[in-house]
Amino acid sequence: MSAELDELYQSIILDHNRRPRNYRVMDDASAHADGQNPLCGDQLTIWLKVDGGRISDVSFQGSGCAISKASASLMTAAIKGKTREEADALFTKFHGVVTGAHPEDAESMGSLKALGGVSRFPLRVKCASLAWHAMHAALAQHADATPPAPVSTE
Amino acid sequence: MNVARTDFPLLAAQPSLVYLDSAATAQKPRAVLDAIRDYYETTNANPHRGAYRLSGAATEAYHGARRDIARFLGAADADALIFTRGTTEALNLLATAWGHAHVHRGDRVVVTRLEHHANFVPWQQLARAVGAEFRICEMTHDGQVDLDQLRLLVTANTRVVAFGHVSNALGTINDVTDIVKIAHTAGAMAFCDGAQGAPHLRVDFDALGVDAYAFSGHKMLGPMGIGGVVARRSLLEATPPYQYGGDMIEYVFDGDTTFNVLPHKFEAGTPNVEGAVGLAAAVRYLDGLGMDAVRAHEVSLTRYALQQLATIDGLHVQGPATAEARSGVVSFTLGDIHPHDLSTMLDVDGVCVRAGHHCAQPLMRALRVNATVRASFYVYNTPADVDALVASLRKAKVRFGAHAG
Repeated sequence: MSAELDELYQSIILDHNRRPRNYRVMDDASAHADGQNPLCGDQLTIWLKVDGGRISDVSFQGSGCAISKASASLMTAAIKGKTREEADALFTKFHGVVTGAHPEDAESMGSLKALGGVSRFPLRVKCASLAWHAMHAALAQHADATPPAPVSTE
Repeated sequence: MNVARTDFPLLAAQPSLVYLDSAATAQKPRAVLDAIRDYYETTNANPHRGAYRLSGAATEAYHGARRDIARFLGAADADALIFTRGTTEALNLLATAWGHAHVHRGDRVVVTRLEHHANFVPWQQLARAVGAEFRICEMTHDGQVDLDQLRLLVTANTRVVAFGHVSNALGTINDVTDIVKIAHTAGAMAFCDGAQGAPHLRVDFDALGVDAYAFSGHKMLGPMGIGGVVARRSLLEATPPYQYGGDMIEYVFDGDTTFNVLPHKFEAGTPNVEGAVGLAAAVRYLDGLGMDAVRAHEVSLTRYALQQLATIDGLHVQGPATAEARSGVVSFTLGDIHPHDLSTMLDVDGVCVRAGHHCAQPLMRALRVNATVRASFYVYNTPADVDALVASLRKAKVRFGAHAG
């Protein structure tokens, strides 16, 4: 079996794909945003609840490949309890790792480092980052109170 | 049929590559690459423009290519073959130039559920623009155009039936004769998207009865950026120009312009001579193999692929059940493994397949899938390529575990 595939499809990725965490509609969300990659057919929705400047709850639903689903699932676990600034900073760091620009940051990302294998597959970066762009759009909604247009990473 | 992999420089340079995406674009034989180089090294000048001999030679190279390609497609009237960038531009030419002149409010435009976006969106947008009715003929459970429904849909106010010769997503070979008969009985035009037909099946335009047949060079061993539409002369003469510019005019006055004869009327600007010359070399290569032999080779490979894929638990093939009813295209899903994950895993084993919606979103929606994996075969593929695909799929299934079944 190929080492690069072993790294891309680690057991934690396959587990989050099969049993995504926080996979539900949130009726009392304070913001939400859609992410769509029309070429792939991938689409997901991120819901957020922000209390006192912190993300108190986050959930998602949608359909997509193992990478996009696992990334969304791992993201929800990672940003719960964080401030908006902390969540956006984590997105920046995550993006640097999956694009291969800053592989050294992977170790400080906790479970998210499992997505570091994506950097060997440039065509799959858009899958890994879709949920994050939607999360960013939902957080921005808090700032200007207008529902965001769907984001895409294609 | 025995096609040497060494005829194809890219495949020769990458011996372990398993290229199963010819429905997207075909690899190019050396004869095509040589013809393009030879054109620039010996004949290049702007055709139709110069009174010098070199320009005359370029003009002859361009129109000689047109004659070769028309002959290959079974069209006796070579000047009714209009070069375009490919099938997409050819279909847009028909929908825009013919469509706006001949389709009016209250008329009906009919396409099928199997269409590629390039033969769906232009007609949908034409209908929206002129206030015509846009209707979609559904398919049967095994991915064929439902001819019974088509008979009901094609009414006296139907101006055009636009349909694919072969479905790019499922490989279904449509019954062109039956569809043409239904269209013509109602007085409608029958326009055929031949992007997936011309590379794989013998096309006899004059016998098919369609009013126009669009094709792409790059899917039939030719270069990208050349293709065209072969049509009935009277249809093209009753169609206003599509684009204006050099070559397509006759006399230009301050207030009005008269237009050149066919084929120039629809070929504004400096033409793609290298593309035409390259495509002519491609059809000569296909003629050398013989289109009946090409078809027999693909049926045999497709039959083998359907047999082998059926041995993988959880693998579901879309479209017609038999190899005879489809071209060398096999579209499938494997359990709940997303096609993009499959494509990445296959790629690591050197197996190139297409994963996605195949530019046929309305069809994917009807199949209730977001995406499929599509393996497509051509003259250079072998049973060993099918074996590599199947072996790689088995590995992917193991990696994704029990849920793949």
